[in-house]
Amino acid sequence: MFTQQKVYHPYVGPFDPCPPVRIKTYQTPPQLYLGFQPPGLPQFPPREALRRGTLWPALFSPYEGRRRDSAP
Amino acid sequence: MNTSVPRDYYQLLEELQTIDFVLVELNLYLDTHPEDVHALQQYRAWSERRREVKARFESRFGPLQPDGAGGPGLTWDWNRSPWPWQV
Amino acid sequence: MWVYEKKLQYPVRVSRCNPRLAKYLIEQYGGADGELAAALRYLNQRYTIPDRIVGLLTDIGTEELAHLEMIATMVYKLTKDATPDQLREAGLGEHFADHGPALFYHNAAGVPFTATFIQAKGDPITDLYEDIAAEEKARATYQWLIDLSDDPDLNDSLRFLREREVVHSQRFREAVEILKEEQQRKKIF
Repeated sequence: MFTQQKVYHPYVGPFDPCPPVRIKTYQTPPQLYLGFQPPGLPQFPPREALRRGTLWPALFSPYEGRRRDSAP
Repeated sequence: MNTSVPRDYYQLLEELQTIDFVLVELNLYLDTHPEDVHALQQYRAWSERRREVKARFESRFGPLQPDGAGGPGLTWDWNRSPWPWQV
Repeated sequence: MWVYEKKLQYPVRVSRCNPRLAKYLIEQYGGADGELAAALRYLNQRYTIPDRIVGLLTDIGTEELAHLEMIATMVYKLTKDATPDQLREAGLGEHFADHGPALFYHNAAGVPFTATFIQAKGDPITDLYEDIAAEEKARATYQWLIDLSDDPDLNDSLRFLREREVVHSQRFREAVEILKEEQQRKKIF
């Protein structure tokens, strides 16, 4: 299933002083995939478009933020 | 003036922000898709709506632009509070 | 010329007085990848880009000025009526010593805005690649700001601004395709 958040598993050294984060994430938003936007793509209703920051679901990129007590 | 704006100020403002946002999105899209007739028609229809809502907002809450005072008032309303960052 | 309209592009609400967040948000006001840098970068590049792209640079540059006003509004609301003590505790003591309650164009670490933050090479592809990179850097900054913020209302506006970087990046990528003149676009409009 496609997701805009990718994960990787960094090497964990035996002498890392901070508690190791075994799964790291990064964002791959839709503009990396869409290419030249084709005409006639579905649109959000106006009020929802404003709330989401784009008129087109194909360009919508959710970002919830991470827990503030966990490392990036 | 230190009186708060009425509640429907925010409703009407958001209605205008909504229409303007659709226009901004279509505007940028048309900049790279100038031949998309459907998007162009959509843009024109929303511009029409915008004129209505902007006039309604200005007659109720004062000018959005210096020349938008609209009403029959005798005072210069443009520099009256609140400014966008104050509401 | 430009015409000012007395409203924000998107509503900005702040849940509580929090000068610490304002200190971080200033990054997007006067920082290298902030909204001022973005507006000045695009509006300056448009004089030497092929005519087909001038409209896009003008319109995105103008939208960045609206975003600058949104960031200013956030900083204004987060620091409004804060005492010098509160500002000092939030790490804004140095800022207060120089600027009092005023906003200023510097980044989160206090480095003043400088034209060296932006570039114009006069080579259209080079400039558009700079613009795409700028949008991605601004998007990343908004991600870090959302991570740092515990203010749900503020995060709503920050998510809006992050999404705008995505859309701008998309349009700049399309501008590159237009200049390449190799579009596989089907003329079905």
